[in-house]
Amino acid sequence: MTGFGYSNLLDLLGCFVTLSLLSVGGAITTVPEMHRFLVAQNAWLTDSQFSASIALAQAAPGPNVLFVAVLGWNVGMASGGGPANGPLPWALASAAMAVSMVGIIIPSTTLTFFAARWGQRNRERAEVRAFKLSMAPVVIALLVATGWLLTASHGNPQQAPLLWLLTVASALLVWKTRIHLLWLIGAGALAGALGFV
Amino acid sequence: MPTLENLPEPPLAACAITAPPRPASLAALFWAISGIALQGFGGVLAVVQRELVEKKQWLTIEEFVEDWAVSQIMPGPNVVNLALIIGDRYFGWRGALAALAGMLAIPLLVVMALTIGLAGIGHLPAVQGALRGMGAVSAGLIAGTGIRLVPALRSNAMGTSACALIAGLAFTAIAFFKVPLAWTLLGIGLPAFFWALHRVRTLPPPAQELV
Repeated sequence: MTGFGYSNLLDLLGCFVTLSLLSVGGAITTVPEMHRFLVAQNAWLTDSQFSASIALAQAAPGPNVLFVAVLGWNVGMASGGGPANGPLPWALASAAMAVSMVGIIIPSTTLTFFAARWGQRNRERAEVRAFKLSMAPVVIALLVATGWLLTASHGNPQQAPLLWLLTVASALLVWKTRIHLLWLIGAGALAGALGFV
Repeated sequence: MPTLENLPEPPLAACAITAPPRPASLAALFWAISGIALQGFGGVLAVVQRELVEKKQWLTIEEFVEDWAVSQIMPGPNVVNLALIIGDRYFGWRGALAALAGMLAIPLLVVMALTIGLAGIGHLPAVQGALRGMGAVSAGLIAGTGIRLVPALRSNAMGTSACALIAGLAFTAIAFFKVPLAWTLLGIGLPAFFWALHRVRTLPPPAQELV
């Protein structure tokens, strides 16, 4: 494989620190830039390793940003020669994973922490109240649009009618009932594993 | 740790007079956020809204939308930002750290265990199908949560028709024209901001904020 080593940890940190500060809308919005850095520029991961890392983290519970940990881990593991190659790849993978997560999390959360505190201290100011009022309809629309786009990435309603039906049904159930969300996720996994959608 | 289900739901009228519910300790905050994060497949937001607004009632729906707006505008993972803001509100920087740890620590262990354990079977058709089905459901969960937050707009000082117009334009821009978030915020958010500023300056503050 290719040459990711301990000397590259700083490069990895630099990449994720920069992307952290640019990741308005979530870390997932910077995936194209991560692909450019990890796959195209440095060849630390192959295309399929990159996609598989993201798909796995999406299926796991927790915030989507954890895909960055999987990316970092796989960079170290691939360059260290794979899991069967003794303790060295495990150590390199752990270091790369830790550096990636620190890089993607610390800058944005620090910025958010101080911005939110400023907003809280100045919440009576007209500008701060106006900001919150005006953002409310925008972010609600953004949520519905995100659900729409996620489903549309699998094809339009004619191409993937059952998938759209599944999305619309879960949206309606979330909106109108208090059914536990894990039942919905489990039903989706089952329908998919059996090949219905 | 008591489960959420066996706690009685306080009647709405009682909430208005007694102190609003809040996390009892840093540990309670950490475990609550951990539990929420671990239920969030394909997105944690739907679970945060269910648990913190509807079950625990640590936040009103209006506070939730306000905090969510800040979390979404700032860089970084939205639900991580949201947890941080809520934690900071209750326990200062220690609460922010506890909420951050709750959102990331145990889910990180789970995702790494999956990475190591499932390295070989990711290409099986059944696994691919399950991922696709879960993806479709989580898309619905995100959209359904958005619809569920719409009542927060009723008390919005911009007025309901302005809110409907702004939300409609933002949805159309993002879902149909795939406008990047930054441009949507500039093109729709900025005019909305100036309209809201005008309304805030000309209208008296709503009575509920004086309580």
